[in-house]
Amino acid sequence: MNKKRTGEKIIYWLMRGVTYSVVLFIAYILLDILIHGLPAISWNFLTGFPEKSGAEGGILPAILGTLYLVIGTIVVALPLGMFSAVYLTEYSKQNRFAQSIRMAIVTLAGIPSIVFGLFGLGLFVITLNFGSSILAGSLTLACMILPTIIVASEEALKSVPKYMREGSLALGATKWETIYKNVLPYALPGMLTGAILGIGRAAGETAPILLTAAAFFLPDLPTSVFDQVMALPYHLYILATQHPEAQKILPMQYGTALVLLLLVIGLNMAAIILRIRVRKKYKW
Amino acid sequence: MVDIQTGNKIKIRVGNMNFFYGPVQALFDINMDIAERKVTALIGPSGCGKSTFLRTLNRMNDIIDGTRLEGKVLIDGSDLYSPMTDVVGLRKKVGMIFQKSNPFPKSIFDNIAYGPRIHGVKDKKDLIEIVENCLIKSALWDEVKDRLDTSAMGLSGGQQQRLCIARALAINPDVVLMDEPASALDPKSTLKIEDLISDLKKDYTIIIVTHNMQQAGRVSDYTAFFYEGRLIEFDETEKIFTKPNQKQTEDYITGRFG
Repeated sequence: MNKKRTGEKIIYWLMRGVTYSVVLFIAYILLDILIHGLPAISWNFLTGFPEKSGAEGGILPAILGTLYLVIGTIVVALPLGMFSAVYLTEYSKQNRFAQSIRMAIVTLAGIPSIVFGLFGLGLFVITLNFGSSILAGSLTLACMILPTIIVASEEALKSVPKYMREGSLALGATKWETIYKNVLPYALPGMLTGAILGIGRAAGETAPILLTAAAFFLPDLPTSVFDQVMALPYHLYILATQHPEAQKILPMQYGTALVLLLLVIGLNMAAIILRIRVRKKYKW
Repeated sequence: MVDIQTGNKIKIRVGNMNFFYGPVQALFDINMDIAERKVTALIGPSGCGKSTFLRTLNRMNDIIDGTRLEGKVLIDGSDLYSPMTDVVGLRKKVGMIFQKSNPFPKSIFDNIAYGPRIHGVKDKKDLIEIVENCLIKSALWDEVKDRLDTSAMGLSGGQQQRLCIARALAINPDVVLMDEPASALDPKSTLKIEDLISDLKKDYTIIIVTHNMQQAGRVSDYTAFFYEGRLIEFDETEKIFTKPNQKQTEDYITGRFG
């Protein structure tokens, strides 16, 4: 009996320890970036253009570029993903064809991001002649985060009880009216969760935009979706690995990393607040 | 159509109906005339097909993949399963109350206005009138009139079920189908629902599935006994409960099986 209890305790502490170590790990990364990054951040850093290949000056074009790319990505991926999920869960028969579509989506999620980059380069940049641009980059990133959004949206739709649909149909609503008025509103919080995860990925990826949208340095801010942009992850990559004085400009690297982190957290917070508000409205 | 023996007007006529879930046949050769503005109870042990039968009457089974129906179901003489039938229009004529009360996570007002809004009622005044009428009909008005804007999820189980009845009445149906509407409710709420059914039959043809023998006896004019997908006996409720023709019916009613 005593032996058994000791065993239980060991397991308990082991699992507790492992969980805490994960938190510790994340806390270390965050603190490290925060401590080294904060001194670099100034008004000039946030609103200025890079000077001397990024060794001095600011990162405004990269901040705006990443913001544009993320917004473009969500604008494309969210409706596509939501409607695909609606089709898969509400309309398609649950047969082998639907299964193979699901399989394809899951496989898509496992494709390395550089492959998406090459795909975007081939299709959007060259074949469709969008050039290296916000448009091409957003479309490429959208392809990459589609699986995340579709899977999350499907789960959200499935969690809406069947009686919501039956109740609405029994009142003489058509299938689409039922989905639009009595399923989608309740599934929206879950769908937004998918979007949140997608935002994080889209903002942080370097490889896909390296080939489809990002420039090392631009003297002007973009004026249309067909312009190239600078982007935070790519800027960071350049500063950390390609710069001749990489060691000297460590504060600039940390500052950029911190801004990227804050940007992603900010976008996530916005989505979380939106989710909470929608969820509050429809509670069952 | 009028039944010659009873003089009742026939609302729904089911002729030689067979129903299948994929390869599995669930209903066998059902023939039934359902009288207008009467309460018809469907009884029988679990899995006997009574709920399936109920759901053929508003084509609710359509939403399950691979279901199929043979034979005829006529409402007011027109065939429900003809390819020309407008299923949406049909469901507007036939309201349905489910076993588990299923209010939508919206306000009480929006729950009841859901159907009318879908069917094109936009004027706020009209909607208010419909909501009030339906709540009065479902005996819920006095309990909720001061909180129509609050969520329907805050109502008690019995109130929720009466709300669902009000919601079904709001689309102005002729027929109301009830699938064990009181099985999840306490005795007091059950009585309220039963009183309500007796009130409603003045205006509506009601078909109710129930597991509760006493309830069938209390509320219905006609009772149909289903067993293993077949309609064993269908007659006036009093007759079914006092001197049924079939041995199986008697065994079930006296509690010898099921």
